[in-house]
Amino acid sequence: MDYSQFLALKQEIGLLIVFLLVFLTDTFADKKSAKAVPYIACIFMLAQTAYGFFLSHAPATEAFAGMYATSPVLVAIKNILNVGTLIVLIQSLKWTNSEFVAVRRGEFYELTLLTLLGMYLMISSRHFLMFIIGLETASLPLCALVAFDKHRYESHEAAIKYVLTAVFSSAILLMGLSFVYGLAGTLYYDGIAIGLMGQMGVMLAVALAFVIAGFGFKISLVPFHLWTADVYQGAPTSVTSYLSVISKGSAAFAFLVVLTQVFGAFYADAWEWMLYALIVLTITVGNLFAIRQTNMKRFLAFSSISQAGYIMLAIVGDNAMGISALMFYTLVYIFSNLAAFGVIGAIENATGKVDMTDYNGLYKTNPRLSFTMMLAMFSLAGIPPFAGFFSKFFVFTSTLNGTDSAALYVLVLIALINTIISLYYYLLVVKAMFINDSEQPIATFRSACSERLGMWVCVAGIIGLGIVSYFYDYLLTVVG
Amino acid sequence: MFSNILIYFVVIPLIMLLGLFLCRNIQQIRAVAVTGSVALTALSIWLLIDYIGLRHAGVTDPMLWVDSWEWFAPLNIHLAVGVDGISIAMLILTGVILITGSFASWEIPQPKEFFLWLVLLSTGVYGFFISIDLFTMFMFYEVALIPMYLLIGVWGSGNKNYSAMKLTLMLMGGSAFLMLGLIGIYYHSAPEGQPLTWNILEIARNGAISHGWQTFLFPMTFVGFGVLGAMFPFHTWSPDGHASAPTAVSMLHAGVLMKLGGYGCFRVAIYLMPQAAHELAWIFIILTGISVVYGAFSACVQNDLKYINAYSSVSHCGLVLFAILMLNTTAMTGAIMQMLSHGLMTALFFALIGMIYGRTHTRDIREMGGMMQILPYLSVCYVIAGMASLGLPGLSGFVAEMTIFVGSFQHADLFHRIFVIVACSSIVTTAVYILRVVGKLLYGPVYDEHHMSLTDAKWWERTSTAALIVCVAAIGFFPNFFVDLIKFTFSPEIFTVLGLN
Repeated sequence: MDYSQFLALKQEIGLLIVFLLVFLTDTFADKKSAKAVPYIACIFMLAQTAYGFFLSHAPATEAFAGMYATSPVLVAIKNILNVGTLIVLIQSLKWTNSEFVAVRRGEFYELTLLTLLGMYLMISSRHFLMFIIGLETASLPLCALVAFDKHRYESHEAAIKYVLTAVFSSAILLMGLSFVYGLAGTLYYDGIAIGLMGQMGVMLAVALAFVIAGFGFKISLVPFHLWTADVYQGAPTSVTSYLSVISKGSAAFAFLVVLTQVFGAFYADAWEWMLYALIVLTITVGNLFAIRQTNMKRFLAFSSISQAGYIMLAIVGDNAMGISALMFYTLVYIFSNLAAFGVIGAIENATGKVDMTDYNGLYKTNPRLSFTMMLAMFSLAGIPPFAGFFSKFFVFTSTLNGTDSAALYVLVLIALINTIISLYYYLLVVKAMFINDSEQPIATFRSACSERLGMWVCVAGIIGLGIVSYFYDYLLTVVG
Repeated sequence: MFSNILIYFVVIPLIMLLGLFLCRNIQQIRAVAVTGSVALTALSIWLLIDYIGLRHAGVTDPMLWVDSWEWFAPLNIHLAVGVDGISIAMLILTGVILITGSFASWEIPQPKEFFLWLVLLSTGVYGFFISIDLFTMFMFYEVALIPMYLLIGVWGSGNKNYSAMKLTLMLMGGSAFLMLGLIGIYYHSAPEGQPLTWNILEIARNGAISHGWQTFLFPMTFVGFGVLGAMFPFHTWSPDGHASAPTAVSMLHAGVLMKLGGYGCFRVAIYLMPQAAHELAWIFIILTGISVVYGAFSACVQNDLKYINAYSSVSHCGLVLFAILMLNTTAMTGAIMQMLSHGLMTALFFALIGMIYGRTHTRDIREMGGMMQILPYLSVCYVIAGMASLGLPGLSGFVAEMTIFVGSFQHADLFHRIFVIVACSSIVTTAVYILRVVGKLLYGPVYDEHHMSLTDAKWWERTSTAALIVCVAAIGFFPNFFVDLIKFTFSPEIFTVLGLN
């Protein structure tokens, strides 16, 4: 075996080193120096993120007989995930130092880094075996993370739901893949694409349905979304924020790769309409259910379901603009959603309150937190000049690129009308904070340094990512 | 970038935002708001003088001070600016209303936040009027809409939560259609093989949008902007929104923001898709005709002063769209005049209503009376605004409506004639509701003894109203000046695009 091919896995190895450092310090350090674990994790994650940017011009290579591939696009999406993970890690510093969590804070960082490694592999794989390994590496630690607050009943319940869903969806995905293997005789992405040529039939349609359903669970597309709200509500806020942005973003990208590279030839025959139906359902149902939520975490769960629908819309375009729009959307979504979760986490840590009614009159007592939350809501709703507007706009533009198809125009119109519905419930949060009065508003408090740092980064992203055209241009040049 | 004068219409509000952010007390806030808005107005007047000079010197470009800076290169999105007479008229209008609005909200609670949102809103408005790139235009359009929610929600009165949400969602709903329309225009903006563009001038020059696409995109964009222009049946946000909004916001919204609708309908829908405009105009003539008549009749039966004025705005703004759809120079000139006239007049109305409400704490005309004895200055102003609204010669309303109806009547076919006559009937109805208010509110016996102790306008209120009255009268007395300004705008290029003459 040619061991030099491991050099292709530079980012993975980097992450593995970070993981090992955290793991070893956590295992062998005494009680006092174990306090340094979170900071070690954050600092080395920062280094890993920076290292990723240095790799952004590395040429495309393959390793392990084509099972693993890397290219500037993949490096870019991994960088985006890195940035998101870094913000999550920073935001959770306060929480991991809290009383009940401090004993096992190392586990949080180890498991989180491990899932990220799984996602790297999932994104980079060009063979379904590799893909499944990556997927499971990403899913199983997440189950443990969801159950992290093991003394809380909701956390238990959420973990069970998540485990069952993860296993179930993996089974469905594997079922679909075994059909595909039967039809094509190989598990290589490009091999399948060739092997399936001209084989459009019932069998392939069933296989595709299984694969899409399997992914649907991971990205929580409607009708595979039922686990989302409970898990998001039950899991610790840091884990929820990680689940909602990083896990979703990586799965969406992998979905894009699989659909376009493996099943691209059957777009019009088989999965075009499945995808349309999924998108319409996801955006609409996610939005309508979000309206009724009163718990902020459940609320953001449904909002993230509908956001996933918009991400899927970028896949429909099936062009370079679509891929870059998806990546840009994910990037912006990471910043916006993490800003929202940052505020929720800060308030939860300080007061333990997570209901929307608790947010009444927040502006009077905590103007900065309210302002951050408002920016996050506006960005999620797609209000200019915040980044969310640009990312939505690019997704819609990419969907309609080079097509006069009436179906696509209708699809985009449905998505656009849904942005109005989503604006309604995002404004409800703004209304609670700025307009509603409360007899017992959340008392004025000063959030921890780490939380503020996380929020500042997110706010900078929300404002800067759209107005500064560099980021989108860069993603497009990488893809193009 | 900063060598172009137009960019300062966005830069100054941004500086104002920064200034307001740093303000420590109410004096500083007032100073920033007034200085900034005066600077903006002065800039637009200077622009006007320069513009007329250039036009007289024989410059025939469709737009002047055209400039374009690349923003998102892959999608060919630019920050492109340029103005013609219509935009300049709108810029001046915005400036005047911003100044008077600042004076009208002299004693608003939580002034810092209020002015921050108000200035953000006007950033959007200014940006919209100077943009000639569809993307940036749309972006500024939405920037102008969203501060409305908080301005009404926090500082509003009455059923403010409902109104704020309704207004925001309906306007954003309109912009959803608009966004689809604009993306559609972009993808058909150039002939096969040439780079696509968002630039309005280039799209008009290319004229590449096929007939089939025009019939799809024209209604999309027209309805999208029409919602903001309070076109029937999408006008329902307007009465609720205006009634609940604080004074300055009502002024700015009815005075300027509703003009964004008319301006956009003209600049995007009709200018870029003239063929479809000719064919589909009849549908929208019917709808706007209904707005004009229905708005006027609704105003007759309302008892809340703000509702009366809001429905009257529906009627008058309907007239703007009605005139634009006539697709001839005279009516189009009238439409622009009407935008200016209605903007000033309705701002005056809302300012006065705000001042009266601030004193009596009621807006119900059944609970007030004899104001002429108690508040002579405000009452006289109210009468003047009313006269402008019902089209008394010498004030702005007469000039605008006269031009519109003369222009509209140039169409010789039965359909147009009937609708012009129907729309004309609104003049009579306007007189009914204006005189009803004047009679009940200003004359007759004093209804409430407590009102006897009220004091008349303070100096900032006098400044605000007097400035608006001067403008209203200026248009009424010197219409030629404004007609000239607009006439230059309809340069030969636009004539050919519209297929007029």
